[in-house]
Amino acid sequence: MTAPAKFVGRSVPRLEDRPLLTGQGRFAADISFPGQWTMRVVRSSAAHGVITSIDASAALALPGVHAVWTAADVAHIPPIPFRLTGLKALEPYRQPVLAKDIVRYVGEPVAVVFAQDQYVAEDAADLVEIGIEQQQALMHATDEPGAYTEDLNTEPSVVRKSYGDIDAAFRNAHAVVAFELSIGRHTGVPMETRGAIARYDQARDILEMHGAAKVPHWNRDALAQMLGRTRDSVQLYEGHVGGGFGIRGEIYPEDVLVCAAALKFKKPIKWIEDRREHLIAANHSRQQQHKVRAAIDAQGHILGIDDEFFHDNGAYMRTHAATVPDLAAAMLPGPYVVPAYRAVGHIRLTNKTPCGTYRAPGRYESTFVRERLLDAIAAKVGVDKVEIRRRNLIGKAAMPYTLGLETLGTHIVYDSGDYAKLLDKALDAADWKNLWLQLLKRRAAGEKVGCGVAMFVEKSGLGPFDTVRVEVKADGAVEVITGVASIGQGVETVVAQICADALGVDYAGIRVIHGQTDRIDKGMGAFASRVTVMCGEATRLAATKLRDKALNHAAQLMQTKADALDIVNGEVVRIGGGASMPLGEVARSLPDGLSAEDTFESAHMVYPYGVHVAAVRVDAETGGVTIERYVMAYDIGKAVNPKLVEGQIAGGLAQGIGGALLEEFLYDEAGEPLSVTFADYLMPTAREVPESTILITEDAPSPLNPLGLKGAGEGGANPVGAVIASAIDDALGRPGAITELPVTPQRLRTILNGAAG
Amino acid sequence: MNDKTNITLTINGRDHAIAVEPRRTLADAIREDCGQTGTHIGCEHGICGACTVIVDGEPVRSCLMFAVQAAGKTIRTVEGLAKDDKLHPMQQAFMDHHGLQCGFCTPGFLMLAVGVLEREPDISDDDLLDVLSSSLCRCTGYQGIIKAVRAAAIEMRGK
Repeated sequence: MTAPAKFVGRSVPRLEDRPLLTGQGRFAADISFPGQWTMRVVRSSAAHGVITSIDASAALALPGVHAVWTAADVAHIPPIPFRLTGLKALEPYRQPVLAKDIVRYVGEPVAVVFAQDQYVAEDAADLVEIGIEQQQALMHATDEPGAYTEDLNTEPSVVRKSYGDIDAAFRNAHAVVAFELSIGRHTGVPMETRGAIARYDQARDILEMHGAAKVPHWNRDALAQMLGRTRDSVQLYEGHVGGGFGIRGEIYPEDVLVCAAALKFKKPIKWIEDRREHLIAANHSRQQQHKVRAAIDAQGHILGIDDEFFHDNGAYMRTHAATVPDLAAAMLPGPYVVPAYRAVGHIRLTNKTPCGTYRAPGRYESTFVRERLLDAIAAKVGVDKVEIRRRNLIGKAAMPYTLGLETLGTHIVYDSGDYAKLLDKALDAADWKNLWLQLLKRRAAGEKVGCGVAMFVEKSGLGPFDTVRVEVKADGAVEVITGVASIGQGVETVVAQICADALGVDYAGIRVIHGQTDRIDKGMGAFASRVTVMCGEATRLAATKLRDKALNHAAQLMQTKADALDIVNGEVVRIGGGASMPLGEVARSLPDGLSAEDTFESAHMVYPYGVHVAAVRVDAETGGVTIERYVMAYDIGKAVNPKLVEGQIAGGLAQGIGGALLEEFLYDEAGEPLSVTFADYLMPTAREVPESTILITEDAPSPLNPLGLKGAGEGGANPVGAVIASAIDDALGRPGAITELPVTPQRLRTILNGAAG
Repeated sequence: MNDKTNITLTINGRDHAIAVEPRRTLADAIREDCGQTGTHIGCEHGICGACTVIVDGEPVRSCLMFAVQAAGKTIRTVEGLAKDDKLHPMQQAFMDHHGLQCGFCTPGFLMLAVGVLEREPDISDDDLLDVLSSSLCRCTGYQGIIKAVRAAAIEMRGK
């Protein structure tokens, strides 16, 4: 008898890799059904206007074209509902599946063509003539709100969050620092574009949608409701998903259209987005402008933060509704003691692509704002940027720390953390003192080099629940069925590791089923870094229950007591040696088989936290920024698979660098998008992303689940804009120089020229 | 409508007799007409590199080549890398070094790296980085990919 292998905490190889490495993945475009039609969307070429005519006659005359739909064909379908943070006031701003009468952004679906294949569909789409009487486009969220409809304006709601006496804080302040800051419009841009394939099975009266992602169960229920069907007659199937990052898997107009068309035409309908469409039609994110000020005492302690911001949500309120501005306002205080706080977030609509969440939604933005303030406070008081953070950090003894704000239907209570300790560890890993001195020398020699530090609190593990069923099949195979989803992050491996330890089997033999609505009735999906925490604990609970069941039954069969038995490598064994029995045999001897289901419920999120340190070099000639050193320290309570955690953090960093230096959706004043290919929307390549040092710590396990888990998904991205800005300031020797992301070469040249002039 | 041309595409040593319009991209022909869906399409204008395959020994973006241009040439795709159950050293290195997450860009990176290293086994680390910066990955932050390709380069040189 050997001791059971311990899998949690080890960087075991991923179960997902082999099919993906050998070309056997099943991404949305890889799914086809006999007799399928291809759908192509005809999109608005105007940012704002009244639809005066749609002429599809030439398209319909093209051989191979089956049908063209406009708003009239989908008049029975309601607008797309909110999944999160829905407010009544936002409802009139939801997006219809096809534009009716008015178009509000370039890229808005106006009509769809159904044809025999992609080539014909694209030809036909070009032939659909849409008459639009153009109207003035509203392009800036900071402009006065304009008319949205006769009765409504372009500010549907204002997010307000506050605690403490903010006016007193400013009255009693020794000094005030103030900033106007902006974060550029960018987004997740997964390498796989969106896609959806719907098929209506008349024999069983089941509508299937393949290519689902992120939140299949919620989407199933919403699609059923929109299409007037029972939820059990709609099933969603997740295949491989080529990156999520928040934007993929929300319900978009195209998902509804393929389903409606499959029902109408009784044909499989396939839609695969092209890259230009993706860049103008899938959710954008991040664009905000903040007017922020902080009241401080003589030592630089924060007395209060007062922030007013303008959130540019584009043309409609999509499934995330107020989520992003809500999170920005709720998470702005971060790891510091902020005795009084007020945030007023104006949700504004403009004639641009609608927005949703993107990895660290609201936090990438408000971490930039908060950390800019901290740097400014340091400059004001005349202490260094590390010392000012130390002075303001929430102490370990204050945990759990109730912030006094709410978001995503939960009270924010930082569950555990030792922020000062992590700061020390990060600085050690970066060899901060030497780094600082070296950069000082190089600056003295004329180089523009500098370093920055930024701290943040993340959130993860959003409930309210996750349910998992674990089954041992008659042949001994173990299956875990969950309602979460995989977006490429390694769910199968991590869930298998947790199950393996709890049950006493090898992780490599466990099959993890996710994203299939016909396999489990309920599920919350994959967002908000929730999967490892919520599904992980549900898996542990269900596997533990299964283990007890197996041992109790085996005890009867083996004529002993359950506590004399153990499960090792899938065999029930007598502790101390003797006869054993494979789990499959136990399963075969039970009339109902061997399975167990359990649910983990959680009313609070868990809060990982981190520190990033960066050193950069600015090329004064070109305005280019090179990242010379990058250190990330992140405390996630317990790392189930450290290598996968590192992968999450390294990937987040790359995306964070994109938003800090490169990526931006630009528009002209008429609302024409200027970033519609990868040649003008620049994402980091292997050249721009530096080799980084990643320090994963487990100093503050979450008290809210027995394994102490916190999520890993978003800490790599969260503070990147903030720390790069801090390092560039240092390189320029001008605290507060960077007020706008991304810091493109053009912007940096303007700043440099301003300094010279 | 558009006339189709009969061509034969030789993919991983197997002939596929297909009829395609002259405008059909090699990527679409490989995927739709020959059923080899391991080659992925990420941007259709030659930037992301997800569709990279090896044609007559050169890594090419199959979205920028017409199928008819590849007739009679030797095409290799990701499906041809492993020999039976044994992964190619490049595939194994990607697994060992966590060089993939969602896996969508992976076939393109594998074919790019294999194609370049077969042609230029002693390529310098810096030149290799230049080559790898010609394709996009959105999940890994590239560090796992770079480590994997460097490790596989050593392994491939040893053969």
